[in-house]
Amino acid sequence: MITKRIIPCLDVRDGRVVKGVNFLGVSDVSSPVELGKFYSDSGADELVFYDITASYEERRLFTDILKEVASCIFIPLTVGGGINTVDDFDRVLKCGADKVSVNSGAIKNPGLIYEAAKKYGDQCVVLSVDVKRVNGQFRVFAKGGREDTGMDAIDWVKRGESLGAGELVVNSIDTDGVKKGFDLQLLDAVCNAVGIPVIASGGAGNTGDFVTLFKALPKVDAGLAASIFHFGEVNIPDLKKALKDEGITVRL
Amino acid sequence: MIAIVDYGVGNLFSLRSSLKYIGQDAEITGDAEKIGSSDRIILPGVGAFGDAAEKLRQSGLDTVVCDEAKRGKPLLGICLGMQLLFDASDEYGEHAGLGLIKGKVVSMEPVVPKGYKVPHIGWNGLAFPKDKPVSPLFKYVREGDHVYFVHSYYASECHDAVIATAEYGAMLTAAVADKNVCGTQFHPEKSGGVGLNILRAFCEI
Repeated sequence: MITKRIIPCLDVRDGRVVKGVNFLGVSDVSSPVELGKFYSDSGADELVFYDITASYEERRLFTDILKEVASCIFIPLTVGGGINTVDDFDRVLKCGADKVSVNSGAIKNPGLIYEAAKKYGDQCVVLSVDVKRVNGQFRVFAKGGREDTGMDAIDWVKRGESLGAGELVVNSIDTDGVKKGFDLQLLDAVCNAVGIPVIASGGAGNTGDFVTLFKALPKVDAGLAASIFHFGEVNIPDLKKALKDEGITVRL
Repeated sequence: MIAIVDYGVGNLFSLRSSLKYIGQDAEITGDAEKIGSSDRIILPGVGAFGDAAEKLRQSGLDTVVCDEAKRGKPLLGICLGMQLLFDASDEYGEHAGLGLIKGKVVSMEPVVPKGYKVPHIGWNGLAFPKDKPVSPLFKYVREGDHVYFVHSYYASECHDAVIATAEYGAMLTAAVADKNVCGTQFHPEKSGGVGLNILRAFCEI
């Protein structure tokens, strides 16, 4: 039986992890390397690194860090942020990333999904989509959730799948940061529209939210979160034990 | 020294890092002499079977790997590298493999039930065949331990060589061995501590 995956997400800027990180047991909580190791050791099934830097110089620093992380973490690593071209894929894959996540870059140029999938395989291309309800419609937002693209989210994920995306990360802007649980309505609609793995993101506030997610929507493959893990509000070993107790298959 | 065969496919960075981590001297190389003088060989691979088999043939490394394996040198194929050990694959047309292990690589699409997504991506538990002793490759892991898979094709008609399976609506071949030649469909270099222990065991074969 394949297990449900738990994925912590780290935002990295200027070589450091941003967003509050606040727990014991890690010597340097702002170091992506230390934090990556910590999550890997605590049973995370995968790690996501988002590069939220802007300049070229900073980007080079990010690739150095990525190499360092990849050389000491032996679980799958996804990298996203500022991926606009096949060369960007190449850059991060050479540093040890296993998958690359595209968002705004794919909205600007959907052909990027196809080109990258053809070159590196479907399994390598993760389409990340930021969704918000507008007049009762699930709408795709670009540029970190700042720009309404006018595109219907369900149409877009279907198109992404047909272009060759191997996985979907669905971020609900409506539930993100609210900590009242994942956006089950949106996730259900997405799961019914595509046949590729779906990773739920946005809204987890506690262990129970993950239990609810996997029980209500057995088609969801993974749950992704950032701050609740960073702040130690939810720790991964306890979360996985709770899921197992509820009859959900996890890797312990 | 462990030779990681470089024939122009795949990301070999993690594999070398994981071997380094367990204290092994590993070199990524496409040099026939180096592969010849190595203690063990790892054949990696991602992408499509036909492309990879062609690249391996063009580089001439297919013969090198086969000769070394037939001489008794331990050889480990990983993911597509494992698939290449077989006689053939029908991924996008019929392609010949190295023929070191008897069997054929076929799509899992017709064998996994409806509702199971293809590719098979994620962590799945290992099951060992009941009718044979546990392979030395698994001497440091337990049945049920989870390893990381990413694939759409799997090895079939290879019952004698199967040393582990994974349940995905159907029993998929997870690892194979025939004397000194072995292979894992999953990625040990991406399977946390369990994967490192499998690599460690390979280094002791």
